[in-house]
Amino acid sequence: MELTSLKFKEQSSAAIANADLQRALGNVEKGFIDKRRKSTDALPEFDRLRDNARDIKNHTLAHLDHYLEAYEEKVTQSGGHVHWAATAAEAREAVLAICQQRKAKTVTKGKSMITEEIGLNDFLSANDITPVETDLGEYIIQLRGEHPSHIIAPAVHVNRDQVESDFRRVHTQFEAERDLTEPVSLLAEAREVLRQKYFEADIGITGANFLVAETGSSVIVTNEGNGDLTQTLGKVHIVVASIEKVVPTLEDTAQILRVLARSATGQDMSVYTTVSTGPKRADDPDGPEEYHVVLVDNGRSDMLGTEYQEMLRCIRCGACMNHCPVYHAVGGHAYGSVYPGPMGAVLTPSLHGIDKSGHLPNASTFCGRCEEVCPMRIPLPKMMRHWREQEFEKHLQPSKARFGLGIWAYVARRPKLYRRAVSLAMPVLSRLGGARHRIARLPLAGGWTRHRDLPAPEGATFMQQWAERQRHDKGSKA
Amino acid sequence: MEEPSAGRRTRADAKKPTVGLFATCLVDLFRPSVGFASVKLLEDAGCRVEVPLGQTCCGQPAYNSGDRADTAAIAKQVIESFEGFDYVVAPSGSCGSTMKKHYPWLFEEGDPWRARAERFSAKVHELVSFLTDVMGITGVEGRLDQSVTYHDSCSGLRELGVQAQPRALLNSLEGATITEMKDANVCCGFGGTFCVKYPDISNTIVTKKMKAITDTGADMLLAGDMGCLMNMAGKLKREGSNVEVRHVAEVLAGMTDQPAIAGGGKR
Repeated sequence: MELTSLKFKEQSSAAIANADLQRALGNVEKGFIDKRRKSTDALPEFDRLRDNARDIKNHTLAHLDHYLEAYEEKVTQSGGHVHWAATAAEAREAVLAICQQRKAKTVTKGKSMITEEIGLNDFLSANDITPVETDLGEYIIQLRGEHPSHIIAPAVHVNRDQVESDFRRVHTQFEAERDLTEPVSLLAEAREVLRQKYFEADIGITGANFLVAETGSSVIVTNEGNGDLTQTLGKVHIVVASIEKVVPTLEDTAQILRVLARSATGQDMSVYTTVSTGPKRADDPDGPEEYHVVLVDNGRSDMLGTEYQEMLRCIRCGACMNHCPVYHAVGGHAYGSVYPGPMGAVLTPSLHGIDKSGHLPNASTFCGRCEEVCPMRIPLPKMMRHWREQEFEKHLQPSKARFGLGIWAYVARRPKLYRRAVSLAMPVLSRLGGARHRIARLPLAGGWTRHRDLPAPEGATFMQQWAERQRHDKGSKA
Repeated sequence: MEEPSAGRRTRADAKKPTVGLFATCLVDLFRPSVGFASVKLLEDAGCRVEVPLGQTCCGQPAYNSGDRADTAAIAKQVIESFEGFDYVVAPSGSCGSTMKKHYPWLFEEGDPWRARAERFSAKVHELVSFLTDVMGITGVEGRLDQSVTYHDSCSGLRELGVQAQPRALLNSLEGATITEMKDANVCCGFGGTFCVKYPDISNTIVTKKMKAITDTGADMLLAGDMGCLMNMAGKLKREGSNVEVRHVAEVLAGMTDQPAIAGGGKR
């Protein structure tokens, strides 16, 4: 998708004005937060599991080359193929080459953010290959020509009525009079349509939640089982995964799984956790004839050894956005990037450059709730601040803001000057408040007064009054 | 409990720990009564309080704007002014956490300022948690006849663990009733410069907060940070609400003669 993060302000104002979207966003707050809290409260060792999960990923990232090579060796041993892709373009080409070799017309897809990141669907379509999303949410937004607005709930911005009208528009094979009022009838219809697609598809493409170095396996977690049909029914299974998905062992995978679903949806485990290793063996009743893994770097190895390395621990649970007051206010599309919310605010500048995504690390109140719930203990606010520092060093912030900050800092570094300036200004501001002690409009303070009053200051500053009190106390003692 | 180090004291105060009050820029400029309430609470708790003149601001606006050099310069100024005290106390979780949790990281490992900042940071506390956790105060005297609701400011809550302490002290006031609002621990939308850089988003967030506050039916809104208080007070005022907004220190010190930040009978 086209990166439009530079228009974040306009996009967020439009999102706030969109009543349908605002109603849908209410479900994010209601749907995820309580469920996560209940499931983590029920597990006294949850915080220790988080520490453990963090340590596993830290260890892996410190030896990433080793584990990636070990993984490749195991994949090859089990009869699969690994394709290394340094960039998004190389990854797209690798997938296309496999599709063309098999003369594929239709590919089914399990839910995958990395294929969003590399823009795979548009690329395949442009090459006369039809991608069919099989996750219900992904299927809905594909019908709508949209992109996911949430990394685990891609259609969270869409309401039931919109889904019904999309289905009536696209599913013309069914009679027009059918009853679709219940969500379950929408689900049944999607299932019927998609079932056929699985059998027609030549190739199934999935992402991976984990790549296991000791066995050469890829692991996906889903709640709909669509991923399993995608990877089992096609003649070829292509796994597209970024390099930081690798973990050393199945035991490590199990450890991180214990925090993943709890953080994401509040489930102890997702409904399906599927491990696939290589193509179908002689004795296997089913499975793909070919098994390919496209390992995508696309900027990640450049993050190693930098202040952003910890971001590579992310397991894409979505807890940070589920708990983010800014995400709740504007939804995922306003961010204008594949990855929204706090994790996107750190990752997007790493992948595309801070000059193209400047708003993202700034559009945070630094409330710290994202870091509080992150199962991998990623210090998201700290890394957003690092991005702000890079912007400052490169002079990328608006000149007005920089100028104002410069004057303020100059004065704040000179206490005597500061004291003189504020002791003149505050009584004036206080008088502006009038009898009701409120300032409804103030030059240069439109950002504040557009939506709220400025409570008027009391008058003399604390430091002035304190100095007077000290003088008075000394005088009375003398 | 930390051992007060031997500091500069008069003979009469010899046993009292010395506290450098970091008033915070917003209290200094907008709400001096919170500064005086802080002094009273600290003196009642047995501290000797001074207000060093070297203070302006903790540097957070520069820090969160990515201006590390100015932040470090301001931090040095604060450290120099305050490092001689036994404790450094601020009536704010946000400024408190900047000084306590972030100052050391402004200086590279090996820079002598790093160690100096670490020694300084160890002395820094947010006001209410200092009273309870360091000075061992379990209650304050006084009455509170209005029903109150308390907003947890983010930095104090998540970086310094301030949550139970203000409620415990409020509950010690005779007649106190705290009605918890929904999502008391969720951001009010202030976020420092965020609220003026992204006013529409900030407004969406504070609008939800306002509903949570008014839904409690409480007469009074309290919090421990002037930034959040001015944001919520400004919104409540704009929308015509009469909920009385005050800093928790004013109520704990029994110093509520000054008109409220917003609402209440006196405005």
